Amino acid sequence: MKLRYSILTSFLLFVALTAVSGCKKHQPLPPAEATAPAPAAAPTAQLTATPTVISAGDQVQLTWQTTNATSVSIDGIGDVPSVGVKTVLPTESTTYHLVARGEGGSADASAHVTVNAPPAVSVPSTSMTEEEEFSAHVQPIFFDYDNYDIRPDAQATLAKNADYLVAHPNIKIVIGGYCDERGSDEYNLVLGQNRAQAAKTALITAGVAADRIRVISYGKEKPFCTESTEECWQLNRRDGFTIDR
Amino acid sequence: MKAIFRVFPVFFISLTYFLAPQAYAQDWVRTGTNLGNERIRLAAADFKPVGSDPQTAPLKAIFDSTLFSDLSNAGIFDMVSKSLAPQAMPGSPQEIVLGQWSAVPANAAMVAFGALAVANGRLVVYGWLMDARTAGSAPVLVRQYNEAASEEMARTVAHRFADDIILRLGGGINGIAETKIYFVSNRTGSKEIWVMDYDGANQHAITHLGSISLSPRISPDNSRIAFASLGNEGWAIRMYSLDLGRLVSFPTGAVGGSNQSPAWSADGSTIAFSSARSGHPDIWVADASGSNAHSVTPFGSDVAPVWNPRTGNQLAFVSGRTGEPQIYVMDKDGSNVQRMTDGGYAISPSWQPSGGMLAFAWNRKYGPGDPGGYDIYIMDIASKNWLQATHEAGINDFPSWSPDGRHIVFQRQIGHRTQIWTMLADGTDQHQLTYSGDNTMPNWSWK
Repeated sequence: MKLRYSILTSFLLFVALTAVSGCKKHQPLPPAEATAPAPAAAPTAQLTATPTVISAGDQVQLTWQTTNATSVSIDGIGDVPSVGVKTVLPTESTTYHLVARGEGGSADASAHVTVNAPPAVSVPSTSMTEEEEFSAHVQPIFFDYDNYDIRPDAQATLAKNADYLVAHPNIKIVIGGYCDERGSDEYNLVLGQNRAQAAKTALITAGVAADRIRVISYGKEKPFCTESTEECWQLNRRDGFTIDR
Repeated sequence: MKAIFRVFPVFFISLTYFLAPQAYAQDWVRTGTNLGNERIRLAAADFKPVGSDPQTAPLKAIFDSTLFSDLSNAGIFDMVSKSLAPQAMPGSPQEIVLGQWSAVPANAAMVAFGALAVANGRLVVYGWLMDARTAGSAPVLVRQYNEAASEEMARTVAHRFADDIILRLGGGINGIAETKIYFVSNRTGSKEIWVMDYDGANQHAITHLGSISLSPRISPDNSRIAFASLGNEGWAIRMYSLDLGRLVSFPTGAVGGSNQSPAWSADGSTIAFSSARSGHPDIWVADASGSNAHSVTPFGSDVAPVWNPRTGNQLAFVSGRTGEPQIYVMDKDGSNVQRMTDGGYAISPSWQPSGGMLAFAWNRKYGPGDPGGYDIYIMDIASKNWLQATHEAGINDFPSWSPDGRHIVFQRQIGHRTQIWTMLADGTDQHQLTYSGDNTMPNWSWK
């Protein structure tokens, strides 16, 4: 085997060398052309958003493609790879603007997403601030794989969540338990239930009345992130907290 | 050299060790799943068209292909392929030349044939089954069907004739050609309950709730579907009446907002399900009317119960009580809990109709050459011997036995798409039934 490879390699080398030297003889490159720097190719850029019309809260997938670019950025997102896909959650109509810069200049592309407001509900204007204040103070907690133990980082978050809820005794909450995509729909509903229940128990221990807390498991049915990566799975293994209305 | 001689016996012994259980496994599987060890060589002739009605040709084409496909799917026949079969379309025992069918290359032991006519909006089919190797013997089976002339009825009549043949030649076990498979599909944009024929034909939605509906389980009498659905108050077991075409009341199904994975007992009187109404997910049992709900497991992390359809006295279920989920079997009052799987991640049990085996999904994460495989397994309950039925093809889950115990329908995820597949219970003859959207959680009707 080895012998045959070395013969083959020598033969190929011989052919290649003959070809190169033969070429030089017949077509010498003009020196001017050889030394002048070739003008750098101009970048190109494409950006699409799918879908282009959504309701507030829906996801939009941005897909972009560039060529000849050394740096690519999208306004509001920052530097991004030359080709990529990203899920965004615009809350109002947005024009995404991508700029690709390269040695040959720059190119840009835009994609517009129209965000329709959710159906108007007769909520007093103060409740929007309540909603915002709530989500600023009551944060999600995250879990390890196939596990519903409250991690040390989650204990710290839960303690703050409990402080806020104790200070605001009129707020009732729903704890949603979420799981990553691995395993069955049914068993993940159990796991999500246990995760939500674990947070409920911790909040009760911290002084929040049990009748202020409802738990719902979403299992793997309502993922926050849909890629099959550990980062994404971690984002999905969580308890989310919302005001119960 | 010495070293080789020392190693050789060890190698030989381990070879025997790995091969012997496999050979044994195939035996218990084929016997236990009614597939038998020998297939009958069967030919199905194209039926003879009779009369000049323009509907005859299209309905005959549907009938011929459905009959052939049903007999091929049965799992007990070695079908004579159409290319090896004689070109003849004998329309009666007087017209058939049996020697043509028993001779090489068809080599058939049995031959099904007959005539099909459409007249005055009626489809009339005469079917015979004869022993190809015994000239002059009486037909094994004689059937006549008379139905409204439609594509649907051409399929139905073919299913009935196929099932009559399967019943006669397959050890007295009813065929499954008229059974249905209930499942979850997202092709309308939300997860709804759907149904299709056993061979993937006639797929259509049953619910239009616009929420998330999971785990459909058809009642033994085909009248109701129990399933889990997400509402404002969380997860409820809901009940859809196929007779009334609407949801009907199931009072205990919504309590606590954490109810899922329902399962009918074989007599239709009782439903088991998972509920966390007492704070942790347990197995609960209630009357089919929704009264007398009580828990039968005390630990939590229990889900996916399924009754022993043979006795109605036992339940198999999934529990995460020791960590990753495992399959357990217990008496219906919660006593005699027995763990069936020895590790890995085991979910979604389905109990074989004749009672002796379980099918389930298992990621064993160890074992010969199969790290991390997520496959369908079948297990003999008494011995805990198991057979891996799917190999290195996607993520497989939610097996469900056919009523004849010869087939298993399951879901297979490849990449980000999940579709429903069917196979013989020993893992052979796998084929895909759905292609549009994502389709999951198949449940085979009881008859």
